[in-house]
Amino acid sequence: MSIEFAIIILPILVAALVPIFHRYLSKNVIGWVVLFIPLCLFIILTTYIPRISNGETFSNTYEWIPSLNINITTYIDGLSLIFSLLITGIGTLVVFYSIFYLSKKESLHHFYCYLLLFMGAMLGVVFSDNLMVLYAFWELTSVSSFLLIAFWHHRKGSRAGARKSMIITVSGGIAMLAGFLMLYAMSGTMSIRELISNVQLISEHSLFIPALLLILLGAFTKSAQFPFYIWLPDAMEAPTPVSAYLHSATMVKAGIYLVARFTPLFGGEMTWFWVITGVGLFTLFWGSFNAVRQTDLKALLAFSTVSQLGLIMSLLGIGSVAFYFGYADESLIYTQATFAALFHLINHSTFKGALFMMVGIVDHEVGTRDIRRLGGLMSFMPVTFTIALIGSFSMAGLPPFNGFLSKEMFFTAALSISTLDIFSLDSLGVLIPVVAWIASVFTFIYCLIIVLRTFTGKVKPDIKERDLHEAPFGMLISPLILVGLVILIFFFPNILGRYILKPAMTSVYPNFSADEMTPNIVAWHGFIPELWMTIGVIIFGIVLYKTLKYWKRVYNLIPQRLTLNSIYEGFFAKSEDISGNLTNRYMNGNLTNYFVYIYAFFVLIVAGYFISSDAFVWNPLSGSKVDHYELILVFVVMFASVALLFAKKRVTTVLINGVIGYSVAFFFVTFRAPDLALTQLVVESVTTALFLICFKFLPEIKPETSTKVWKISKSAISILVGATVTIVGLAVVNYDKFPTIATYFEDAYELAGGKNIVNTILGDFRAFDTMLEVVVLFIAGLGVYALIKLKANKGGTDVEKSE
Amino acid sequence: MRKVNDVILRTVVKGVVLIILTLGVYLFFSGHNAPGGGFIGGLVLGSAIVLLYITYDIETIQRKMPFDFKKVAALGVLLATGTAIGSLYFNVPFLSQTDGYFNIPILGEKHLTTVTIFEAGVALTVIGTLVTIILSISEDD
Repeated sequence: MSIEFAIIILPILVAALVPIFHRYLSKNVIGWVVLFIPLCLFIILTTYIPRISNGETFSNTYEWIPSLNINITTYIDGLSLIFSLLITGIGTLVVFYSIFYLSKKESLHHFYCYLLLFMGAMLGVVFSDNLMVLYAFWELTSVSSFLLIAFWHHRKGSRAGARKSMIITVSGGIAMLAGFLMLYAMSGTMSIRELISNVQLISEHSLFIPALLLILLGAFTKSAQFPFYIWLPDAMEAPTPVSAYLHSATMVKAGIYLVARFTPLFGGEMTWFWVITGVGLFTLFWGSFNAVRQTDLKALLAFSTVSQLGLIMSLLGIGSVAFYFGYADESLIYTQATFAALFHLINHSTFKGALFMMVGIVDHEVGTRDIRRLGGLMSFMPVTFTIALIGSFSMAGLPPFNGFLSKEMFFTAALSISTLDIFSLDSLGVLIPVVAWIASVFTFIYCLIIVLRTFTGKVKPDIKERDLHEAPFGMLISPLILVGLVILIFFFPNILGRYILKPAMTSVYPNFSADEMTPNIVAWHGFIPELWMTIGVIIFGIVLYKTLKYWKRVYNLIPQRLTLNSIYEGFFAKSEDISGNLTNRYMNGNLTNYFVYIYAFFVLIVAGYFISSDAFVWNPLSGSKVDHYELILVFVVMFASVALLFAKKRVTTVLINGVIGYSVAFFFVTFRAPDLALTQLVVESVTTALFLICFKFLPEIKPETSTKVWKISKSAISILVGATVTIVGLAVVNYDKFPTIATYFEDAYELAGGKNIVNTILGDFRAFDTMLEVVVLFIAGLGVYALIKLKANKGGTDVEKSE
Repeated sequence: MRKVNDVILRTVVKGVVLIILTLGVYLFFSGHNAPGGGFIGGLVLGSAIVLLYITYDIETIQRKMPFDFKKVAALGVLLATGTAIGSLYFNVPFLSQTDGYFNIPILGEKHLTTVTIFEAGVALTVIGTLVTIILSISEDD
């Protein structure tokens, strides 16, 4: 097994083991054991840095379903390395932080199980080269995020937030799947690398633009872009380590990853550029604008994450322009936008992770995250204050923190794109730097709010009574490491640039020279427009912060019922109503009706197919001889079937039904199918027993009281069903629309090592069916168990206990 | 519950269950080359257990057989999917099966297959699900 494959499997494997073995581990130890996993993976991944920065890539293929082109291909290049380092690095810090953050009374084994599951899934997303495998891991991240948001599932808000994030990200995921299938239809390959090398082949195809838009839908829902961002603020119901990990540093960046990964494929396309840049810029503005009005520190950070993701997204959009020009000197400047995007991606993970952990500390020690109730914590929590200060000022784009460097690069990119004259940029292009600048002003304002409202001013009376003190040292280590990185990256950005970002640039721009695309990052460029923009941001930011209470009314301009959240809720309430009404109309609890639906469709489809395709060929002479004992069995079945109609008691019906079942088993015996006969016999016995058990709950059979028309139509359907089955039975003998599969059975021993062909079908040729049937059977069993055992108590209507 | 004089039933079941169980195990192992297999073997074993529950009361049998049949079913699913995924470890496609002849002391040369593990998963799922469904319906009141 290759190391890359093991890196994905290890967290998932441990996630499966933690819930099984947690009872042998003390609650104090479990976190430390789990911590070992991301730490190991991080160290292993760092050993890749020198080799990847030399331009090597690593690829391994495991055949999964080769007949459908689905193989587990792991692929590590510069781009996936950045993400995997973030996933494992931040993961290590978050697990370490959560050891101190979470109370020992929580069900820690669930928490760490979900967290590791997420880690494995996320590593799977960034390491997969195969579209289908990527999609599978992509949805697995949504599922684990759902579980983590609902970790405190006794809270109503947690459940609602989890559901919302699931619905939005999974819908986007399904759109993305459709896009992937279109790519497959165009190119015939599932491998991303092969797709990229066949750009010319697919870029002319009519499905190119639909595939592009659908894939972007997946990326935008995952990365919380406008208008899909609404799930992210609600996801803040999750424990803070989860918010720091999934909802700021890693999962929400999966969309960024997807866009960066597909840039070589779609880059240079006008739609790609405008959709990404436009949505990204608007999200940047909208997120920062809304962050200012938030009163919950975590909600504020959520909106700030939305806004920062928009920033990175718009940079990737600008960077894709380079493909329009191809490899040339004038296009190099646009690749710098992508460089800035990747740089800011890392920076954002460091400062935002630190800020989330800081909010967690405040929440943990003070008991509230509401900025209206906070204030003056600076003197009690000096270390936390320092973390908040560095994190926020880096986010605001101030020196000497890493956010300053990437923010300047963002302004450079915005200014350079505004002077282009392709894609009708000559008229709209000037808007890009303006929006970027306005959004940065709002960013500056909310950064001030985080630091000043929480840590300066007077201590509010209700929290003064608490014994305020600094957080335990263990909780401070993780954010301190992150803010340490914030400062380190500012002073040594080029080490990061050379070893981490340069190989990633090669993944995004395979045809460009990596050395030319890697700038020498410096903090001081002289008095250039970017610097004046930053100074303008600071001045306007301070002025607007001071006058906040005068212009705050702006936020009430949008009526409540027009907000995205109420549209979302209205849509779901309405669709639930409509589908509820529709379903109640035909699902009325009457089993006879259900049979009518099922059989009507059966006749329609099966008989319809046989008639339309003219497949009914019956040659009475070609049949084999009918023996007299077979005739006896036929009469037994016929007699029992007719007798069934006149049965007055349920026991009688079941027994007569058993007669039919056993007779069919005899048919199997006479036709020399002992496997089927055995199965039929046992199934018949078990179902009869099951029926008898169920009887004490059922009322007596009532005489039928339906109208004549209804009775006639029911008899008509019954007769048609009988006729259809008879036709099918007679026609299969001569049916030749499919190639015969008899060769499989004749060679069963060579192909599957078994002489019993029934079993070789079940266990080898169609083993995939059997495997899934086993799973379905199990789920059905659990379903019956849950339906019967988990009923609401007498008088209660809601099974779930809410707060 | 109504007391019925079922001495005959109980006596017969004691012997019959043993035969059914033996038959189930036989069917399970003979599956690959003769009639039988995981599904039918599991069904027969499951119905033997159901027969015990019907003849005696649930509490007695649960004392003698303290299994959680939901877990038995889950173990079966795990085995079936596990053998499927396990083939990836040997760098062959998902769900590949293999077989071979091995010389085992005392038993002599035997034909061993990985399908047997897969079929064991099927059998355990069938037993577990069958008993879970029948128990939960009959325990409901």
